Order: sequence, then C-alpha cells, then structure tokens
Amino acid sequence: MRVALFVPCYIDQLYPHVAVATLELLESLGCTVAFPLDQTCCGQPMANAGFEHVSAKAMSVFIDNFDLYDYIVAPSGSCVLHVHEHIKAPDSSRPFSDRVFEFCQFLMDVLEVKELPGSFNQKVGLHESCHGLRGLRLGVSSELRKTPYSKPAHLLSMKKGVELVPLTRWDECCGFGGTFAVSEEAVSVKMGKDRIQDHLDHEVEVLTSTDMSCLMHLDGLIKKERIPLKVMHIAEVLNG
Amino acid sequence: MVNHAKNAEAFNQDEARTNWHDETLWFVREKRDKASGQIPEWEALRELASGIKDHTLSKLDVYLEEFEKKATENGIKVHWAVDAQAHNEKVFEILSDHGVKRIVKSKSMLTEECHLNPYLEEKGIEVVDTDLGERIVQLAEDTPSHIVLPAIHLKKEEVGEVFHNRIGTDKGASDPYYLTEAARQHLRQQFLTADAAITGVNFAIAETGGIVICTNEGNADMGVHTQNVHIACMGIEKIIPRAEHLGVFLRLLARSATGQHLTVYTSHLHKPKEGSELHVILVDNGRTEQLGRPDFRNSLKCIRCGACMNTCPIYRRSGGHSYGSTIPGPIGAILSPGYDLEKYSSLPFASTLCGSCSDVCPVKIDIHTQLYKWRQVAGAEGHIAGSKKRAMRFMGMVFGSPHFYRKVGRLMRRAARFMPNKWIYNRRNVWGKSREIPPMPKESFRDWYMKNRLGNGK
Ligand code: SF4
Repeated sequence: MRVALFVPCYIDQLYPHVAVATLELLESLGCTVAFPLDQTCCGQPMANAGFEHVSAKAMSVFIDNFDLYDYIVAPSGSCVLHVHEHIKAPDSSRPFSDRVFEFCQFLMDVLEVKELPGSFNQKVGLHESCHGLRGLRLGVSSELRKTPYSKPAHLLSMKKGVELVPLTRWDECCGFGGTFAVSEEAVSVKMGKDRIQDHLDHEVEVLTSTDMSCLMHLDGLIKKERIPLKVMHIAEVLNG
Repeated sequence: MVNHAKNAEAFNQDEARTNWHDETLWFVREKRDKASGQIPEWEALRELASGIKDHTLSKLDVYLEEFEKKATENGIKVHWAVDAQAHNEKVFEILSDHGVKRIVKSKSMLTEECHLNPYLEEKGIEVVDTDLGERIVQLAEDTPSHIVLPAIHLKKEEVGEVFHNRIGTDKGASDPYYLTEAARQHLRQQFLTADAAITGVNFAIAETGGIVICTNEGNADMGVHTQNVHIACMGIEKIIPRAEHLGVFLRLLARSATGQHLTVYTSHLHKPKEGSELHVILVDNGRTEQLGRPDFRNSLKCIRCGACMNTCPIYRRSGGHSYGSTIPGPIGAILSPGYDLEKYSSLPFASTLCGSCSDVCPVKIDIHTQLYKWRQVAGAEGHIAGSKKRAMRFMGMVFGSPHFYRKVGRLMRRAARFMPNKWIYNRRNVWGKSREIPPMPKESFRDWYMKNRLGNGK
C-alpha cells in the first residue's frame, strides 16, 4: 500500500526519531511510504489561538503536498483532527477526513494489524491524548456510556513484553493545549504534574502517547524535576 | 476585563487547596459516572434530550406563546422581560404592590445573572437565599462559584466560621450535620416571617402551562407554601414542548449534576394555591441574540446541571471565581462572551479543548467546538494581545513557505544548542519556568529522510 507520511512540524524539527519510528514500522508492515518534501504544518497552532485566518497559507501548503494521496498517515491525533475539521480538500468528494489517518487508527482500521514484530519489555502507561480520544474517537472516553475500547491500548497489548499499567484518571487532559501551555501556565503545569503523578503512583516506567505534543509538555516537567520516568511516542514503543 | 489566567495563577498559589478543590469535584464527576452507568440507554437519552431541545429552540416563539396561553388559563400571571433591568423592575413592581419587605428565594441562576439581590436590597427589600449553599455564600458576603454547588469553594471549617459570626453557632464547630441543622433552624424562622417567595424554574411545559422546580432541600416548596405571593423567574430557553418530554430531562439532570437518580424534590406547579398569586417572568436578556448566532445558538440547550464544571480539568484547578462571570466553567465560557466579548474574551482560552465537557453534557452541547469558534471571533475582532497577534502572524508566514520554514527551524535549533542556559531560561520564557525546553537535534526529520531514503545529504 502506498501512503504519504505527514510529519507535524514540531516532530520534524524536535523529535525526528519519532517520525523515523513511524516510517520504519509502516515500511515493515508492507507500506510504500512517501514523504512529500515541502510539507510544513497543518495550521493548528495559529488556529487554536484564535488566528485561523492567518493559517490559510499553511493550509494551502498542506493541500499542495498531500492532495495527491489516498492514504495520509501522521503520528499525531491532534494534527490529524485539525486537518479533518478545518482543511477542505479541493475535491469535496475526496475529503481529508476520509484520507488522513492518525498512526494507530491507520494500523487498526486500514492495515488491520493483528501482530507486531519485536518486543518491548517495560511497564507502560498510556496517556490518551484528548484530540485522539475524543476528537478522532480512537477509543471511548470515560464520559461516554459505551462499551470501552482503545485503539492505542489494543496495539500496545499486541506488542510482546509490554505490561500496560491501568491508571486512575486514565483519560484526563495533560494540560498542554497548544498556546494554553504558555498563556495559562499555572493550570497547565498543575495538570501536567497531576498526570505524571498518576503514572508514578502506578509504577509506570515508560509513559507513551499518540501525541508528542502532550509528551513534550510532560517530558519538560519530568526533566525539570528529574523524575525517573521515560516518555516515548507510541510509534517508538510499537517499533521497539 | 476578566483575566482568567491571572486569577487561575492566584488560585494555584495554594497547591494543597487546589488539590482539595480538584478532588472534591472529581468525586462528584465519579458519582455522575456511576449513576449514568446504571442506565443502559444513557447515550440514547442524551441524543433524545438534545433533539428535543434543538426542536424547541427552532420554534421557541411558538412554544413560549403556547405556554403563556395555557399558564394564563391556569390562573398564572405571565410577564415578559426583555433584559435584566426589566426583570428586576417587574419583580419590584409585584413586590411593591403587596408591600413586601422581605423575601425568601430558592436557587435561581437567572436572578444571579440579573443581579436581583443587590437591586432589591437597594430598594429596601431584604432577600434571604434559602438554598443552603447559596445561604452560606450570602452570609459570607461571597458569590457562588458553581451553579449547582454554590459554596463548593469553601471548606467546612470556613463555613463554621461564617455561621459562628452570622448565626451564632459554636466557635470552631465544623461538623456538617451540626451546621446544617443550625442553618435549618435559622431558615425556618426566615420562611415564617417573609412576605413573598421567589424561585427559579427548571422546566416550563408549553402544553400544560406548568412549571417544574428541582431542589434537594425542599426550600423552594417551603417558600411556595408559606407565602401568598410566588414569583418564578425563568430564562426563555427553559421551555419544553410537552409533559412527556419531562421524563427525559429529569432522568438526565440529577444524574449528571450530582449522581442522584432524581433530585429529592421535583415540584410541579400548575396554578396558584387558593387565595394567592403565582407570577412567572419570562426573561430574554441576550438569549434571542444568542439564538441568532448559528455557531453558538445550541448553548441555549443547557439545563444547568453543572457536569461540565465538575469534569473540566481547568475549572477544577482554577475555581469558579476565576471566570468572573455568573456562570463559570465551560458553559460559562461560551455564554459570557455572547454578553460582552471584550470583558470575557479570556474565557474561551481557559481550555485545552480536551472535549470532556461536550462528552459529559447531557444535552450534547458541542461546548469545546464553540470555545474554538469564540476564539476565532475574539481573534478576528481584535480582542487578543498584540504580542500574541504578532507571533501568530509570523508563524503564519513561516508555515506558509516551505523554504522559510526549514530555514527558521534550522536556525532555532542551532541557536538553542549554542545558547547558554541562562539565556534560554530567562524571564520571558514562560514555558521554561517549570519545564525544560524540548531537545534541539542537529537534524530535522526531513534532513534524515534526504540522507537515508533519498541518498542525498543536501
Ligand atoms: S452545558 Fe451541558 S453539562 Fe454544562 S451545565 Fe449545561 S447541560 Fe450541564
């Protein structure tokens, strides 16, 4: 299967190894992966701050790079959600919401992966990113009274050696929220600390998530306080 | 101008208290989870409630007039008020007609919204709030911080202190049973000596011309039954078409609010009791304007259960007062900008857009989507600080040009790698106050890809 890799700007610049893991795993699952070289950003950082109107150019760069493809995969629930909700494909019969997939979603729904290569012998805590969970419905949020499931948790349970640790407030927001992390610094930091504590209370060794942006915020706190907790994007865990 | 972030920062100065506030409200959310979990058709019920409200809002004028007709036939006096001032004047007019000097008032967010208490007090009428939480707040000369649990921001020791000073309970007493009993005795006296009762309205039924009031303490009924003049104040969005719709909302309301199956008292009033008067005031106060905004109209579906506050990770860690509006929390953050965008422009930003509010809401209001949309309105109408605006414009430019993006990315990473720490963690680096900045790798993914997949190191 031919897929285009959409690498969110901050992953491209700050966490290239996450994109490498995504690429490698897709390839090992039999995909032919293209990386459109002139991609930048979906425009979410500006839009969530109230400046959707200055993100028009970024959106058209996205369209130029990806409109060609039928399958577009990104290691981020948040960016994918933004594309689904705000970027209009030139041909309305081929909306991006049908073609752009978060990485776990793609593995589960399109590739219908039943097993994963390799093993990962650690106690893993899953941070369900809100945009993946409640936006893309990668799982059932704790507010809804529906049969529980979680695509990222399901994939982690497929990986040999992973001990998935149950958490107390398993789907509470980490407090990143884009510019919120800076404009509401006090609450953002408090939310992050509380999430980390939940993982520590349950003796998690590796904290993982579908979104590196949540992890960037949590890892910032972890490193500042020198907390013995490792963060890894779910693509790294699944590829490990 | 309300600065939510600043208020929230002040709230977070006392971390132990923030934890206590968070846990207290989370406990209520968990009770809601349990109660809603016992209803297998919960999600279908939400869908139904949302549908009934959508329908009602689409024909609000029709149902309001039907209500007026039926209620009038029942002997209720129906009044219309275009705004808060008209509402307050109407209340005062009715009270003056009867020479009222003191009223007992059960919980009504509408009268809070209209600032009825200070208005009446200025006119020499004493208002006694009879809901326990509201009475606590009133005696403490404070304001409610939650729409269902008005005094949730106060600890029992603090309530004990207020009661000691105001109604003479023992110094240092903080036992909730003792304090509640003292409040009961104190309120009994108020009920017996008042001249009129004011209540809110949870639902008004167009078909029957009746109103429904939900309380846990029976204080609305105490007022209604002890007084000969009862004024029920309601926003025009409280209307539902038929009596059969009531069951849908009652099943959702108490479970969402506190995890109870039903409020302890659900009082149905259809006509005044013999020899007394029942007035219903239908208040607009900005609701028609909100109805006219396609993106925001469905905020009027709200049944004021408070679940979005209990679930909101920001509300729990910033307190109701940080919103500086009568209705705090997520729903307050989409209602308040409709009244005064300039004053409340920081509220839509007091959210990570996590969406928990929308998933918990019993009438399925897309709260977080509306928060996003209010941000766009605030951005477009210039209610966002110039520095942020310039930063966003710059980012728009960077991401609009692949070449410029790569250049800026490379420069940023290189600069951060070579800069001494004390330059990086300066006063203006808000991110870095409690967080390390992310790693700044030598290569971007694109660089890696060029080398490793395209075999070209450029
Ligand atoms: S918006 Fe929904 S959850 Fe919030 S108070 Fe209103 S009905 Fe309840």
